[in-house]
Amino acid sequence: MKIAVCVKQVATRDWPLRVDDQEKWVRDSDASFEMNEPDAYALEEALRLKEKHDCEVVVCSAGPTRVSQVIREGLARGADRGIHVESDDLKTADTFVVANALADSIRTERFDLVLTGLQSEDQGFGQTGVVLAELLGMTHATIIMEVQVSGGQVRVKRELENGWFQWVSLPTPALLTIQSGINQLRYATLKGIMASKKKELRKISMTTLAQSRHRILNLYVPEKGKKLKLVKGTPPEAAKELIRVLREEARVF
Amino acid sequence: MNLVLAEQHDGILNRVSWEVISVAQQIDGPVKVLVAGQDVGSVAEELAQADVDEVIIIDDADLEPYTSDGHVQALAQAITSEKPEVVLFSHTYQARDFAPKLAARFDRALIADCIGAKSSNGTTVFVRPMFQGKFVADVVSEGSSPHFASFQIGVYRADEVKRVTTNVPIRTLNIKIDSTVIRQRPEPPFKEAKQAVDLTQAERIIAVGRGIKGEEHLALAQKLAKAFNAELAASRPICDAGWLPMDRQVGSSGQTVAPKLYLALGISGAIQHLIGMKGSHTIVAINKDADAPIFEVADYGIVGDLFEVVPELISALGNKVETR
Repeated sequence: MKIAVCVKQVATRDWPLRVDDQEKWVRDSDASFEMNEPDAYALEEALRLKEKHDCEVVVCSAGPTRVSQVIREGLARGADRGIHVESDDLKTADTFVVANALADSIRTERFDLVLTGLQSEDQGFGQTGVVLAELLGMTHATIIMEVQVSGGQVRVKRELENGWFQWVSLPTPALLTIQSGINQLRYATLKGIMASKKKELRKISMTTLAQSRHRILNLYVPEKGKKLKLVKGTPPEAAKELIRVLREEARVF
Repeated sequence: MNLVLAEQHDGILNRVSWEVISVAQQIDGPVKVLVAGQDVGSVAEELAQADVDEVIIIDDADLEPYTSDGHVQALAQAITSEKPEVVLFSHTYQARDFAPKLAARFDRALIADCIGAKSSNGTTVFVRPMFQGKFVADVVSEGSSPHFASFQIGVYRADEVKRVTTNVPIRTLNIKIDSTVIRQRPEPPFKEAKQAVDLTQAERIIAVGRGIKGEEHLALAQKLAKAFNAELAASRPICDAGWLPMDRQVGSSGQTVAPKLYLALGISGAIQHLIGMKGSHTIVAINKDADAPIFEVADYGIVGDLFEVVPELISALGNKVETR
């Protein structure tokens, strides 16, 4: 079985981001980057399927040169090979552009399963996977908490609202968007890092990209809640003052 | 014309659909509402109380149970026939499952999880959070109509919907579903083992996020909870890591709570979490990062190290922190 895992590289969670001068994106040229955590859960799920079934796991990512870092990370964790869909213009590209770039690059591989994370931690549209499924003509299921494979079928557990779940069966080829908490993430071992250097990482240069379907007019910091009262002082002072306002002003106890 | 796609399950209207009708009423253009499923007549009657041009029904046995293949097929036909300018959804789990595919079928992308929409120069500008809520973006959908947008639950209010005294017309739209194209086979939904903790009943909640840094530090949060006579809760990543059980999770995929006091420790305030607690009466946030989105919903905040502040809070409440 051939499994593709699509991962995104995003600025690290704690990186102090600021809006750039054009006010349409963030200033991230000197940021540190990491694998989008939801996608890490998708990769982990693929690696677990590889442990149970005869599979090849291919980690794919679309983006500028620096994105090869997360593909290497995926190889170090245990993926068999990588595909880097490369273009500088993919840095701030919307779902549509990215999904098209990925689809064009992996279509001929005829993957049985394509896994992606639920959503990215930067743009957060939560739809690249589903759009990719449409472009590849695959059936799909989203927000998946468990995956069972047998024959040409997958049976997956969808998470629904309010603590409900639902099992759904789909024929392969299929695309699944994976929910966090489905498994515990593994990290690359030294052995894995050494092995990854010998694994294939194919670069596909995208010279033309699909037309954008979104345009950001501007990006800005939301208005701070006007109601916020900051409690200042040293930890002992702030603690005492907070207790006082909670008792006397907010009257919560 | 802007088309609201209402959501229903087993003939019961999902109340969040009213929120989306409220959005549609606030942007330029007539509004229509569509509901698809099987035996949805009574849902349509309910929706017909809204001040819209009409309610459209798609009724087909192949739409029950819900599958993304079935819904995309049916709604694509509806959009082709009705030609809306904008198609609006609530950002529910179900919409997340099929709306992006429906949009892609029309060569468009869904503008997801919007917190606002405004008409400007003949186009609709959508407002949505980005970068985990640290920023907000004004976004337009490129190309000609239809455009697709989903709206964050709880941002617009069902009670703001303009209603009518006489129901608006209801029309059935006949579409053809090719059931061989429906590839998903769903089983009946189920609830997992009964929750041990019902956070919705707690008057005070102490919640921990990634800032707690390790399972070994939960004891500190537990002491604070005891000092406040509060329940302990967490954001999703803490439960994903197995440090606390899933029934302690507050957020869009956990419980939604509105206690008298919600004290968030080391929680940045990602949208998925805020959705579960922003209705709380008094929200207190303690976080090292002054720019953390949690401070946007908080009534009181301390920008500081929770490992320094929390022991002081416990002390001030009269319980001594035990030395290890």
